[in-house]
Amino acid sequence: MTEVHTPASGSPLSGTDTQRSTLGGGTQATLTRVKDIGFWAEWAALVGLIVLVIVFQAANSTFLSTGNIEAMLTASAILILLAVGQTFVITTGGIDLSVASVMTFAAVAFGLAYKHGGNLTLSCLVALLAGLAFGVVNGLLVSMGKITDFIATLGTLSAASGAALIISNGKPTTVINATLLKLSSGGLGVLGWSFIIGAVVAVIAHVVYFRTRFGTHVLATGGSVEAAAATGIRTDRVKLAVYMIAGLLAGLAAILLVSRVGAAEPAANTAFLLNSVAAVVLGGVSLVGGRGSILGPVLGALLLTALTNGLTLLGVSQFYQPLSVGVVVVLAALLSRFQK
Amino acid sequence: MTIETTATPRTATDLLRVQDVSLSFGSVRALRDVSLTLGRGEITALVGDNGAGKSTLVRCMSGIHRPDAGDITFDGNVVHFHTPDDARNAGIETVHQNLALVEDLTVWQNLFLNREKVYGKPPFALLNRRSMKRDAEQMVSTLAVNVPAVTSRVRRLSGGQRQAVAICRAASFSSKLVIMDEPTAALGVQETAKVEQLIRKLRDDGHAVLLISHNFEQVLRLSDQVWVMRSGRCVGGRRTSETTGQEIVGLITGAIPA
Repeated sequence: MTEVHTPASGSPLSGTDTQRSTLGGGTQATLTRVKDIGFWAEWAALVGLIVLVIVFQAANSTFLSTGNIEAMLTASAILILLAVGQTFVITTGGIDLSVASVMTFAAVAFGLAYKHGGNLTLSCLVALLAGLAFGVVNGLLVSMGKITDFIATLGTLSAASGAALIISNGKPTTVINATLLKLSSGGLGVLGWSFIIGAVVAVIAHVVYFRTRFGTHVLATGGSVEAAAATGIRTDRVKLAVYMIAGLLAGLAAILLVSRVGAAEPAANTAFLLNSVAAVVLGGVSLVGGRGSILGPVLGALLLTALTNGLTLLGVSQFYQPLSVGVVVVLAALLSRFQK
Repeated sequence: MTIETTATPRTATDLLRVQDVSLSFGSVRALRDVSLTLGRGEITALVGDNGAGKSTLVRCMSGIHRPDAGDITFDGNVVHFHTPDDARNAGIETVHQNLALVEDLTVWQNLFLNREKVYGKPPFALLNRRSMKRDAEQMVSTLAVNVPAVTSRVRRLSGGQRQAVAICRAASFSSKLVIMDEPTAALGVQETAKVEQLIRKLRDDGHAVLLISHNFEQVLRLSDQVWVMRSGRCVGGRRTSETTGQEIVGLITGAIPA
């Protein structure tokens, strides 16, 4: 099991040590843990995912078929990327409302670059740079401009959507490319290439989050800006960096989006914004900052994808999907109040 | 204005010397020609009423403020700190009133915050967690205060334990001077006694300590030298062994002219 940064119970240990003691430990410890609501709050995404899988599998046996698992994993890739970026931002106590719009903008930029150049590598680079550019703008507005993250990224949300409409003239660009098609349809066994990209990014993000000075400084900045600054951490640079990460990952997500849709559309993609925040909340990341994990939001993204997929499989009207996501997220947020 | 310097002649044993330091914020003159000295290996107390300029002076020493005029000499060199990092690199550590610990991080993470040990070369350096935990245990084990495992979160610690961790951090990493702003203000009687023990231990280990305190008994118990500030001026200094609480109160209120 991967490490989660928050200890679940009254154990004096934390981090890896807690995990280790749970896995190898006695039944007594396990029992106290199960009774502790904080444990459930910590693992809301995993527990929710398991419950959903059981329920959907009972209702429809094709849910856990190889084909459907592959479809779900592939579908989750974009959300995983956005959620990982969002996790870094939320860990510093901020929020990036612009991720989905920036992804749209980067996708449109990708489409135009491909249309005019026909070079896939160059187009991918354009998408990444477009995402990174908006990340830099967000980061500068929040760190140097001292604008509330909520307002700054609300502004760039609108700006990025507008820019996407302007440069595309409101029209989608069809992108037909064999490599891109393989990205969304091929893979290794049940793991599609998109999902593999998402997973690799998540693993790198986990290492950065827990095993580097930068990750520690991100957690410290979210935990207490004053304390972090007092030890000499440049908290403004940390904030700039996390928005850049979110922007860059939105650019990467844009490439997966184009490969999935087969076109670069200036569509709103608002569901991706809500779901990226929802995945982070489900993943047990504190919205005030200072604590979290990468595994949690990734599981949250899988849960939300499974929820949508399962409901569709059961023939529930699409109209119910936003409602169900809303309910799950609010429940997770309620549960997270019991985190210690 | 005269400054009483005869009681403590400035000698080579001074670790830090503040000379004629002034600082204004707009029209407010927070510090006016303040001069004082801190001896090596001594606990020096800085007392005065609220708003007398103690914290402002301390912030000049720890690199948060820069004086408009005057010199600060540390360890024989005139220093100009631009950031708290400059002061820290020179060997001045500050334990802030709000402790400056990150509650959501563990004890060892706080002890090594922004001084993390790593493997490899940046930007691909990874934290050497084992080494940091081991060193943190060693640092904490020297404390008189019983601090739980270094892997526990600071959030779970009592006020005294937190203060101990903060002092521990300040005392490590070869600091020469540890500045403490009201280190026992929020603590109970027993915890105060333990933190005082820690402060004495800092001195015994060779650190100079600058202690800001409102507690005269504590000042008389702990310090070797007392400096008194009133309305932005340093109005006098006494060897603690040659003064009384009454005299110090008199200097603070102005009943005894400097």
